[in-house]
Amino acid sequence: MQDTSFELGGRKFKSRLIVGTGKYRDFAETKAAVEESGAEIVTVAVRRVNITDRGKENLLDYLDPRRYQILPNTAGCFTAEEAIRTCRLAREVGVGELVKLEVIGNNRTLFPDVAATLEAARVLVKEGFKVMPYVTDDPVACLRLQEIGCVAVMPLAAPIGSGLGIRNPFNLAIIIEQAKVPVIVDAGVGTASDAAEAMELGCDGVLMNSAIAGAKDPLAMARAMKLAVEAGRLAYRAGRIERRLYATASSPLTGLIG
Amino acid sequence: MPDSVASSIILNGDPYPLPGDMRLTALLERLNMRRGRVAVEINREIVPKARYDATIVRAGDHVEIINFVGGG
Repeated sequence: MQDTSFELGGRKFKSRLIVGTGKYRDFAETKAAVEESGAEIVTVAVRRVNITDRGKENLLDYLDPRRYQILPNTAGCFTAEEAIRTCRLAREVGVGELVKLEVIGNNRTLFPDVAATLEAARVLVKEGFKVMPYVTDDPVACLRLQEIGCVAVMPLAAPIGSGLGIRNPFNLAIIIEQAKVPVIVDAGVGTASDAAEAMELGCDGVLMNSAIAGAKDPLAMARAMKLAVEAGRLAYRAGRIERRLYATASSPLTGLIG
Repeated sequence: MPDSVASSIILNGDPYPLPGDMRLTALLERLNMRRGRVAVEINREIVPKARYDATIVRAGDHVEIINFVGGG
């Protein structure tokens, strides 16, 4: 069964799994986990360089931007202004226009500030960025972001790093139904079945970091997530059977012995 | 000439001594940073890579140099 391609900002991708690069023991483990996941898009954070430790290796030495689409995020930004500034700096590094916009509204939940996210998205789209916003699982907010010109919408499944899985599949179903841009579930995935569930709902992709990096064996979990995203996508395209209250026999009811 | 402290900039939020005004390219070399891995702001203005050679870092300038780190 030939899948349709997954396109983001004019570029086609085979893998529908996007992985973060945070919380790993070291860059070598980051690289190995990314390879196991089969992801072609990796998120990174934008931070001040370490002035005192100049010999420090750089993440891009392990994740070649010619091989991976680098997706800088605006994690840690609490205002539209900070997020815009971060994106402008990220673009200047020279890995493209794609950015993961996140404007955090609350430190404890890490839920997005939707108003500030919309404000930042408007400015960034005008400046030529290909914006992928992290947003609440709010169908109206997702519509607005799509109208502004974002190249994808990325509703959360549950709070970042919570591992709670898909908390509101019904909202996600509405978001998917009305979307004209790819819908990527971003944040909240805990294990492989969560990723498969997101894909079975009809999401175009899943973005995760903690679920892989925080697993006891990150490399094994990276592979599990790769398979889960593929399985979920295939199941979605295959078309699942309807849910019924009562049994329908799988074996013939005729020709019984007796 | 000795590498004496003649001026100081604010680099990533902290005072950083410099022997004098210098080209941004020289500052990056001094810091052992590759231009393909970083982005630079001087006094809140982004400096395009093509202007690194022509840009002079002066005493009192607020310089921000960022790079990519692990993140989700």
